[in-house]
Amino acid sequence: MCNVCGCGTASVEGHGHHHDHGDGHGHDHSHHHHHDHHHGANMHFGQGPAGVEVPGMTQERLIEIETDILAKNDRYAEANRAVLKDKGAFAINLVSSPGSGKTTLLCKTIEMLGDQPLAVIEGDQQTENDAKRIRSTGAKAVQVNTGKGCHLDGHMVGHAMEHLTLDSNSMLFIENVGNLVCPAGFDLGEDCKVAVISVTEGEDKPLKYPDMFTVSEVALLNKIDLAPYCDVDLDLYEENLRRVNPAIEILRISARTGEGMESWVQWLRDRLAAKPAVRA
Amino acid sequence: MLEVSLMHEMSLCEGIRSVIEDAAVKNGFSSVKSVRVEIGKFAGVEKPALAFAFDVVMRGSVAEGAMLEMIDLPGRAMCYDCMKEVEIENRLDLCPTCGGGKLMPVGGDEMRIKDLEVH
Repeated sequence: MCNVCGCGTASVEGHGHHHDHGDGHGHDHSHHHHHDHHHGANMHFGQGPAGVEVPGMTQERLIEIETDILAKNDRYAEANRAVLKDKGAFAINLVSSPGSGKTTLLCKTIEMLGDQPLAVIEGDQQTENDAKRIRSTGAKAVQVNTGKGCHLDGHMVGHAMEHLTLDSNSMLFIENVGNLVCPAGFDLGEDCKVAVISVTEGEDKPLKYPDMFTVSEVALLNKIDLAPYCDVDLDLYEENLRRVNPAIEILRISARTGEGMESWVQWLRDRLAAKPAVRA
Repeated sequence: MLEVSLMHEMSLCEGIRSVIEDAAVKNGFSSVKSVRVEIGKFAGVEKPALAFAFDVVMRGSVAEGAMLEMIDLPGRAMCYDCMKEVEIENRLDLCPTCGGGKLMPVGGDEMRIKDLEVH
């Protein structure tokens, strides 16, 4: 098991490969855990008078750790970041609820980016549907199925990146598992997180799930073509986003009609241009 | 919701187990009596779920049966209105200094293993 959710294996699919990552970690200790008997009060029952115990003979000791719980994930993420830097590639971690329109947004974005080199990593619990949709645009895509896992992690993305031949100075879109909770905490090595949120989800979504919007640099307020049909107050939506992240950049878009998509695509081009390029 | 939340805590415990196993090799201990972790107020960790997941995930490791002690760390935020760093109880609290609502968390998302008591 990777340091993913303790519940199973993740698989990477794409280009005809299928890998299970069940690297048998965790079995080393199963047969030799030493049950040192506790030195608690019970264990001293019936011993002689006080004072017979020799001080300093206890085997208990305190070990300072001072390590982040996700340190291992962070090491994978840093390794991914180094690969991206070597390639001059700009990576976006797209996070959202399920159904916010991430895949439609990506297909439209890819179309509008024209001949810009790019690749996509698709994260879902099951199915290869999204990677197929991306591949139908002509773009390179790898599907990562997380099984029961609720987020992508640095390890999975590292493997997925090995499956993609990333071009120099390209864009890498990582579509995370649709979930507004856990993906906030897992660094994948991306340059930034972009939250996709649709008008149909309700203005208070940022207040209900603040962490995701706090860690995101941009919020794409998607499906604005539907705003007239769902009594949504777009200004209140933006106010709530800024309430949990005063620095967040908000773009109102509709991936379906193309409204606002120009400014999103320009934002991507500007950010790629701002990253040190490498010789192709 | 419970499932999603528990899943998150399971993966955190996988992280804890991995750090402990590395430390066991490095420091040569064979069983862990207690683990102290520091959890920030805004870390999004459900403490009961973490405790449950801890017992399950540590099975078969040197930390099987170990006690998990959680230390709370306060939530801190920078107020974009008065530009002061303030301590807040809840993620959506207003600035205690100026009453402003534009607070950017700057602390309280910690999830750290502080130390281990080992045999």
